[in-house]
Amino acid sequence: MAELIALSPLGNADPLAIGRCTLSEVDPGPMTSIAPFRGKDGDVSKALRKSHKIDWPGPNETTLSGKTRCIWFGREMALLTGASLDDDFAKHAALTDQSDAWVCVALEGSDAEAVLARLVPVDLRIAHFKVDQTARTMLGHMNASITRTAEYAFLIMVFRSMASTLVHDLQIAMESVAARG
Amino acid sequence: MRLICPICGARDRREFYYQGAAVALERPVPEADAEVWDNYLHLRKNLPGDLEELWSHDAGCGAWLRVTRNTVTHEIKAVVLAAESGRGTS
Repeated sequence: MAELIALSPLGNADPLAIGRCTLSEVDPGPMTSIAPFRGKDGDVSKALRKSHKIDWPGPNETTLSGKTRCIWFGREMALLTGASLDDDFAKHAALTDQSDAWVCVALEGSDAEAVLARLVPVDLRIAHFKVDQTARTMLGHMNASITRTAEYAFLIMVFRSMASTLVHDLQIAMESVAARG
Repeated sequence: MRLICPICGARDRREFYYQGAAVALERPVPEADAEVWDNYLHLRKNLPGDLEELWSHDAGCGAWLRVTRNTVTHEIKAVVLAAESGRGTS
């Protein structure tokens, strides 16, 4: 059988550096969405704590343990990135492999907030949106998951099929912010 | 216009999908009379004032919300999760 070679959603494109901002593709490793079955929230929390030493995130939160991140991903759902889950876990929750379904980019730099302010209808300034907070919201017309990973860094995820639209929208916003000096 | 999602917090209207009056929460049992079903499917009071509506937080947490909105002033009086609001009483 042929060897299959994984392609990243942006094909390892070079990072974009415009003004005081850089945009680069991120490979977060395996991604699995976890949706606990009714009444199993406690079991999922406990199992996750045991297997990955990571807490179940509340709404608008992410939790971190080494390179593994658990991102709140919607009502009664979270996304585990950077680690796989045992099949055993399927007793407590519906698991879906999302590794190939999303494009992940990092937007970093002191103008990152200003760039996102042009595209996202949520206040992402540090006073309202702290490190490790996350939001399911929109970026332009796309449904997105946006997480602040550091004071000047955001992890942005949208559906993989919209990868080039994401870069296009962000590039235009980065250029506009840079043009204002 | 902003809706306060019980899960995500105050969010812009763009993130939501509007379903209309919350009639789906008052679906009759399958064995109900034809008259009851006729009423459910076709008849609306359509009075100005407070209206129970269904909104979906499509671009956010994905929850269905039961929103009480005044159709005259557009004031949002209450937002609760449809899953927790119980079936309607009327």
